Amino acid sequence: MATTLSSIQAPVSTICASSQRPHCPTGTQSLLFVSKPSNYTIFAKTSYSFKPSKIRPITAPRATPSSSPPTTFHGQCYVLGDNIDTDQIIPAEHLTLVPSKPDEYKKLGSFAFSGLPTSLYPIPFIQPGTDSTQYPIIIAGANFGCGSSREHAPVALGAAGVRAVVAESYARIFFRNSVATGEVYPIELEHEGVNKQCTTGDIVTVDLERNVFINHTKGKEFVLKPIGDAGPVIDAGGIFAYARKTGMISSVV
Amino acid sequence: MAPAQPSRAPATTGSVKHGMTMTEKILAKSSDKSKLEPGENIWVNIDVLMTHDVCGPGTIGIFKKEFGKNAKVWDKEKIVIIPDHYIFTSDERANRNVDIIRDFALEQNIKYFYDIKDLSNFKVNPDYKGVCHVALAQEGHCRPGEVLLGTDSHTCNAGAFGQFATGIGNTDAGFVMGTGKLLLKVPPTMRFVLDGEMPHYLLAKDLILQIIGEITVAGATYKSMEFVGSTVESLNMEERMTLCNMVVEAGGKNGVVPPDETTFKYLEGKTSVNYEPVYSDESAKFISEYRFDVSKLEPVVAKPHSPDNRALARECKDVKIDRVYIGSCTGGKTEDFMAAAKVFLASGKKVKVPTFLVPATQKVWIDLYSLPVPGSGGKTCSQIFEEAGCDTPASPSCGACLGGPRDTYARMNEPMVCVSTTNRNFPGRMGHKEGQIYLASPYTAAASALTGYVTDPREFL
Repeated sequence: MATTLSSIQAPVSTICASSQRPHCPTGTQSLLFVSKPSNYTIFAKTSYSFKPSKIRPITAPRATPSSSPPTTFHGQCYVLGDNIDTDQIIPAEHLTLVPSKPDEYKKLGSFAFSGLPTSLYPIPFIQPGTDSTQYPIIIAGANFGCGSSREHAPVALGAAGVRAVVAESYARIFFRNSVATGEVYPIELEHEGVNKQCTTGDIVTVDLERNVFINHTKGKEFVLKPIGDAGPVIDAGGIFAYARKTGMISSVV
Repeated sequence: MAPAQPSRAPATTGSVKHGMTMTEKILAKSSDKSKLEPGENIWVNIDVLMTHDVCGPGTIGIFKKEFGKNAKVWDKEKIVIIPDHYIFTSDERANRNVDIIRDFALEQNIKYFYDIKDLSNFKVNPDYKGVCHVALAQEGHCRPGEVLLGTDSHTCNAGAFGQFATGIGNTDAGFVMGTGKLLLKVPPTMRFVLDGEMPHYLLAKDLILQIIGEITVAGATYKSMEFVGSTVESLNMEERMTLCNMVVEAGGKNGVVPPDETTFKYLEGKTSVNYEPVYSDESAKFISEYRFDVSKLEPVVAKPHSPDNRALARECKDVKIDRVYIGSCTGGKTEDFMAAAKVFLASGKKVKVPTFLVPATQKVWIDLYSLPVPGSGGKTCSQIFEEAGCDTPASPSCGACLGGPRDTYARMNEPMVCVSTTNRNFPGRMGHKEGQIYLASPYTAAASALTGYVTDPREFL
């Protein structure tokens, strides 16, 4: 059943920066959501640094084999439609950049979503003159990442600063590449049409522990599908870490 | 005492408890399992890994990082490295990428590396082949019953040989390079039964565009597409490749065509590796089945900007076009050019728009200049193309199918309308974001070139 909270009258969240609310434990803040009359309270903990005048999209660190995986992502979202293919994510002319070379990895990021038609997406994903995005979370429709098997696609997004994609559904190679590289978390929505209820720039939270996606700006909440089979691979830190963990390959040479 | 068990592996005798589809059988055999179900995640032994100039360097980087600078690949005879994407360009990084894969091939003593050094003249490079998927087939690397992975989405092309073939990314490929295995999820199979006599104005491209239009670009996501029926049996190997090539455009994981005499004959003399074809059991479970009476189908196109935006070619006759592109793994094989030549021959007239011809491989290029076109009195494709006023066939490579560096031959650098025998028409695919690409069969592409509008080939055939 949908647990979308369609109209929340009270302020959606009370975000306390440690400088403003001394009683907040150092480095942690809490988000308190006003509930429906059924008194169902949603309480989520997250840790981030926050400037009152502008929210910086700093989110949990990338998963590595030695650290535990992140459970939440927070920041501004960029909203896309259906069938966003890999040529729109990273146009083919940039594929001469080799993702395993650090300087070229960064350059790839600067071209993320440069293939989007400006008539449909007038807001640039990356501000001209910069090489990373202010939108760490992508909201998309169906079949995100269709087209090529180019790993440059999730890599460009990750290099640009995207932490998670929240889509209705994925094309399989893109999903697989996201999991294998650990560059972005590919998260699926339980229901259709969520992207139509979001606007680029909305402040959102993705909570992987409770499997909910919260749009603070619109005051709406949406159910996420559990990560499923990809979970153990993502949690381990990608296909190599998973293979080592399960004994399929020996540890790092 | 129990009677002696048959010595053949259970997966091929069909003595498993329930039937399996072709795809399930191939994966079972390659993971040393007697049976498996769709949805299972299994470690599969890989028979062939292919990479090219765009994804090779990244794959090699990951391989070295994860397995060590001095690591050796799991089997230097099972990796095929084929430069094909950005070859005939002055882009320094593109050129450097070919050098990177060459250095690796030499360091690892890779048996199959189809090198190119002299970019000014492809013909003086004896090892160079061209488009990876066509080269894999022509060089005998595609064999029934095997598992082939490639760092390219159109690796599914090889399913035409009755093998499991799919595209993977750099990280997965780097993993395979070191281990010879990959964790794969068994896909359920959708069955497409194509029956009826193939009309003389239709090609396999029309069939696959018809199917994609039917099930949409996500209709086969995570699924295997099995193509059977009398029409499929009547197709030659290149046409079967066209069919399987665009499986990925429907989201499909892999495509398969049951191997038969056509397959075995094609493979004669191309490979010395023994292969064992497998076939779907009678009792195999398919997730869905679609039936087509091919005799009733008409030439179709995929309008901008999606491969599933299907329309009848004749209903697009008012669409004025600026150019035609005949090439790529999908539509640049010998049979594709023969088909285009047939239309030009039937018309006898000249094209009204620039018509770019990019043979997929050196072999295809040679065929264009040597094979006689049936019914032409001994003319070759190249002669017919010249008489029709097409551009001279270009150096074999992926060319402008995916745009590429700015100086790529036939790249769309301004917004224009193009009819193309390639596989994708998403915004910006061939270069310019506002370009409009109509995907079509070689017949339809040639017919459109002759009129300057999207044209049903029945106008000429």
